[in-house]
Amino acid sequence: MLEDTRVVSLDRLNDTTYSLTLRAPKIAAAARAGQLAHVTCPGFLLRRPFGICDADAAEGTIRVCFEVRGDGTEALAKVNAGDVLSVNGAVGHGFEDIKGRRVLFVGGGIGIFPLLYAARFAGVATAALCFRDKSRVVLAPDFAKVCKEIFLATDDGSLGFHGYAADLVNELIATHEYDCVCVCGPKIMMKTVSEVALGAGLDCYVSLEERMGCGVGACLACVCQTMLGQKRVCIDGPVFDAKEVRWDA
Amino acid sequence: MKLAVNFAGVELKNPIATASGTCGFGMEYLPYYKASELGAVTLKALSIRPKAGNAVVRIAETPSGMLNSIGLQNPGVDSFLENKLEFVKNLGTKIIANIAGESMEDYEAVAEKLNVDGIDMIELNISCPNVSDGGLAFGTNPKIVEEITSRIKKKTEKPLIVKLSPNVTDITEIARAAESGGADALSLINTLMGMRIDAHTRRPVLSRGSGGLSGPAVKPVALHMISAVHRAVDLPLLGMGGIMTGRDAAEFLIAGATAVAIGTAAFADPKAPVRILGELREFMAAEGVEDVNDLIGTLKFN
Repeated sequence: MLEDTRVVSLDRLNDTTYSLTLRAPKIAAAARAGQLAHVTCPGFLLRRPFGICDADAAEGTIRVCFEVRGDGTEALAKVNAGDVLSVNGAVGHGFEDIKGRRVLFVGGGIGIFPLLYAARFAGVATAALCFRDKSRVVLAPDFAKVCKEIFLATDDGSLGFHGYAADLVNELIATHEYDCVCVCGPKIMMKTVSEVALGAGLDCYVSLEERMGCGVGACLACVCQTMLGQKRVCIDGPVFDAKEVRWDA
Repeated sequence: MKLAVNFAGVELKNPIATASGTCGFGMEYLPYYKASELGAVTLKALSIRPKAGNAVVRIAETPSGMLNSIGLQNPGVDSFLENKLEFVKNLGTKIIANIAGESMEDYEAVAEKLNVDGIDMIELNISCPNVSDGGLAFGTNPKIVEEITSRIKKKTEKPLIVKLSPNVTDITEIARAAESGGADALSLINTLMGMRIDAHTRRPVLSRGSGGLSGPAVKPVALHMISAVHRAVDLPLLGMGGIMTGRDAAEFLIAGATAVAIGTAAFADPKAPVRILGELREFMAAEGVEDVNDLIGTLKFN
């Protein structure tokens, strides 16, 4: 649904990453784990899709976090409290089979954001948050509030587990009990983590990313390849069963 | 206030349509507006066989516009007839089916299969810049345009709209060729070829390199071409190219379009087609225009 939202606050998480809280009572009430918010960037034509990082129905707010990647997100990083932004949300199929289950959430870089809200829907949530190095670590305290356990990993070993997400997940699966694994991050990370999870006989869901146009399923810009044919990331996803994703395509 | 227009013999309840490729088969925008509020819906291009389209990246924003390189992804005309026609029939508006092909025979076969109830008009897509075979290759040569138009005209029982490309030296020459071939109407403009480059990687942003530019950036080009074609041929025009507001729509009508199509605007604002219709009413009320037909082709040059 379309909602004219008002900026409550914009906070800088690190040199390129921001957290944006919007007053959006209708979307906050409707948002489910892993769904998208398509946010209008001031002065730009196309909306930018962000996984909903958090939603508070009681407060009537949603939160999206984003990295400045181009002109659109740069404009979004300059909004002020009180500004009105049109948001289309909550859109798409998110993490739909996690209620009451023991879920390992695996996030890489800015891929961690939608997992924070999703963790609220799990029976027991564990987070494995993976970053390039210590300077990129964000939202760890937020995850600590909604997860039973959190594990940090950095590619260079500057904080937490030294290594890639798949290696950490391999270790965690061997030593803990989970029902399923939910992953969001770089494509190569989602591929390797899902291979580990599926190999261990766990359900695995991945949140894909693609450049989007309309955000409603009409324009066919954001297609991905699956065993069931071409799918639209915006409304058939963004979350897909990892078994169905064709990573090679 | 009278909004109905007669477009090549088809009565549209108002002059606002959707543009091909921007609203699928009418299903995706159901949560945002009723298609029955619009004059017509133009369907995603249909080809004889299913088409997977191009590799991603298929879209990129540009100053006041966007590039697309979808590549005519569609389920094929047979699948459409089997799975979507019934839905489309019940949209409560006129349906324009857009047809694409890699050869004249392809186009003919698709046109023939669409001689069914529920399809009101055919739009011949000989102007898609995003495929290597067919598309634009047919739409830039006047001889081929005349031939394909007359061949499709023989196969279809529906009024035939020929969609023109702006990627030509003289669009009026192509328009006249379509008229000679027997077109009932013309639609223009398709997208302008364009490119975005990532200076850091030194690669094009779109996977196919170039794509089709649309949005407000192309509006002046569209108005110029519609005005020129309106003066060059005696056919009704479906105008499109960067219409974002009701006032924009009025400009297209004044330039000579009998009806207009909304495309890119709906990506920014899913409710754009009905919003634009409302704004057109407001414009007419403010200008004291009682009948929308009193706007069409009224551009004054002195």
